[in-house]
Amino acid sequence: MATPVMNAATSEKKASTQTVTLGKSLNMGLRAAMEADPKVLIMGEDVGKLGGVFRITDGLQKDFGEQRVLDTPLAESGIIGTAVGLAIRGFRPVCEIQFDGFIFPAFDQIVSQVAKLHFRTQGRVRLPMVIRVPFGGGIGAVEHHSESPESYFAHTAGLKVVSCSNPVDAYWMIQQAIRCDDPVLFFEPKRRYYEKAELDFDAKPEPLFASRVLRRGTAATLVTYGPSVKVCLESAAAAAEEGKELEVIDLRALSPMDLTPVFESVRRTGHLVVVSEAPSEASLASEVCARVQEECFYSLEAPVLRVTGFDTPYPPSKLEEDFLPDLDRVLDAVDRSLGW
Amino acid sequence: MDPETVSVSGGPNHPLPGLVTAGDAAARGRHKRTPGVDKLGERMSSPEQWTHPEPGVGPAATAATPTAEQVIAGLRATSEGGPELVQLLTPEGERVADPRWDPYVADVTEEDLRSLYRDMVLTRRIDREANALQRQGQLGIWVPLLGQEAAQIGSGRALKAHDMAFPSYREHGVAWCRGVHPTELLGIFRGTDHGTWDPMEKRFHPYTIVIGNQVLNAAGYAMGQRFDGKVGDDDGEATICYFGDGATSQGDVHEGFVWASVYDAPLVFFCQNNQWAISEPTERQSRLPLYQRARGYGFPGIRVDGNDVLATLAVSRWALDECRHGNGPVLIEAYTYRMDAHTTTDDPTRYRLSDELEAWKLKDPIERVRVNLVRHEHADHDFFDSVQADSDQLAAELREFCVNMPDPPKERMFSQVYEDGNAVLDAQRDAYLDYAAGFAERTVGHSAERTVGHSAGGEH
Repeated sequence: MATPVMNAATSEKKASTQTVTLGKSLNMGLRAAMEADPKVLIMGEDVGKLGGVFRITDGLQKDFGEQRVLDTPLAESGIIGTAVGLAIRGFRPVCEIQFDGFIFPAFDQIVSQVAKLHFRTQGRVRLPMVIRVPFGGGIGAVEHHSESPESYFAHTAGLKVVSCSNPVDAYWMIQQAIRCDDPVLFFEPKRRYYEKAELDFDAKPEPLFASRVLRRGTAATLVTYGPSVKVCLESAAAAAEEGKELEVIDLRALSPMDLTPVFESVRRTGHLVVVSEAPSEASLASEVCARVQEECFYSLEAPVLRVTGFDTPYPPSKLEEDFLPDLDRVLDAVDRSLGW
Repeated sequence: MDPETVSVSGGPNHPLPGLVTAGDAAARGRHKRTPGVDKLGERMSSPEQWTHPEPGVGPAATAATPTAEQVIAGLRATSEGGPELVQLLTPEGERVADPRWDPYVADVTEEDLRSLYRDMVLTRRIDREANALQRQGQLGIWVPLLGQEAAQIGSGRALKAHDMAFPSYREHGVAWCRGVHPTELLGIFRGTDHGTWDPMEKRFHPYTIVIGNQVLNAAGYAMGQRFDGKVGDDDGEATICYFGDGATSQGDVHEGFVWASVYDAPLVFFCQNNQWAISEPTERQSRLPLYQRARGYGFPGIRVDGNDVLATLAVSRWALDECRHGNGPVLIEAYTYRMDAHTTTDDPTRYRLSDELEAWKLKDPIERVRVNLVRHEHADHDFFDSVQADSDQLAAELREFCVNMPDPPKERMFSQVYEDGNAVLDAQRDAYLDYAAGFAERTVGHSAERTVGHSAGGEH
């Protein structure tokens, strides 16, 4: 296995770029973080011998041992609750919640302890822990395996929330999240685990809590994150064929959000469509709408539109293509905005 | 399970705010429409399909809904704690020999016993003073420990300096043993802060108010002690975690038992069974004595007279030693009684009889030590007078501190939410402080005028 490391001495031995899947880049990022800091632990269900149900932690227990990669008992509150104690003890636990819909048994620990201990103790207790969550739909799964629960956590003060959308970000963001001294919810777009990109190990990574403009455009702005980034890039490519250049911004950080590039973009385009798989009510998409109208009121040529999952429970998978924002719904919203 | 709670009915099929009209897309032929929401209720099994025993049949039904008389009878039957109860000092102050447990308190001198007595008296005085401060409006609420002094001082004094303790929110006596001055607890109940001690310096975690949460946090901490190689000999570290009889019903406590056992964590689960979870008796939490639950998880469980400071000290020392040598975890059920209300907002006269309290007064944890000290002439009038004077002094300090506590500055609300900061929150703080500055003249002297418990809410 290639072993990307952060010190120059060993990285000289291999090529500085490699084509990897998003899943593999997370695996490599976790490995690099574990090599860089012996206090980093991986905890979760089936993360050891099996390497996780998505193989994100593949090979790590073999190389780092059972005391650093813990196959935990099957209880999510236990995973997070004991990680809190380990973090207090000086470890940096990286917890895996196997699927988005299984995070709720841990919701109490996350909201009541993980989010609040730092504030409760006025900084005397730090909780540098990461909670990895494969999220979103589009994989034809049964119930509870396709949800987008990120808003619950972005709504909770004391937590930081990020989502990667591509292999390059995944590699750097997971390491940055682990180094962060605040607890970080790390949402991984599970249906993009097998997307590939060229990863340059010598590149200087973007800051963790910064959004990125992925495609420049003038006609309208698309703001999105996680699995919908690819949808928006494809929508922008299709729109370009019709002569409309759309700007695409990947939020990356969901709490706190870095909306400065969004404001700057909307001031140029006057049109904004926010795209997310999560249901729209009280969502991150709603937050973007609220903040943009506060900051860019006189620049807007049309109401800000949202293209999101519906306000239903995630449907049986035969209906998920209708539930998930796709190219048609995104372009339909763009058309309605431009035709306002 | 109540079948009513699992039946699902179809909700109204109202227009959905997230729906972006797909009309244009459909016209382009690139998007398929689907029929409306299914009637979920028709697909679910109806309540009639759920099988359950007829009400009132079998011991399970009886156990699940005991009458008031059964509860009281059960309490009386178990009020001695049963034959398994470890006791070294009877309610009458007699020292009982016990070959298993005597070695764990063999080193306790007369002076040590006087010191345990003193700690219990001071703890009770702290508790009563704080209760009075609440009654006088100086605290928003207080959580009395009256009656649980021996359980807390006995276990708290068993800890070594490098051991770690995770309290719930009633462990004022344990706080005292960890060197946390009672003034550092007051802010929690006055509404000025969430506790001001340094948890790592004192090796005493912040109070945890959500029932049972701290048990998992303690299990993780104890796992860390093991991972750090600090377990295995006389100098090993251990962790103690406090929770009540009500908490034993929480999933987090069950998960804490599981985690601590499968990771061999050096963790003493210290359950103070004070008989009541607000209004619910222990019989509502468990069919069997709580200490017996440990067996199902594969570690020892023991019931100690929680009103006996010597027995609690002995059993806690044993349990902590087991843990520091790598034989953890251990469950201790300290059998005691909450002699006051759950909190100052509670009214126990609505759910328990006063003769129960009268019966437990005869087993008072402080009185039996006093009787023992007097009977064996291990303490004289001067000693008791000095303890009295010390507790008066402490109470006066507490009162003086409490009534002079300043309200926190507004910016405290925004402080230390994050370790690495948050630009969005910083902007929100600056905007609010600017806004609030416009009311500057109104905030002068506000700490003297404001009533505790009615702090201003968020205004933005």
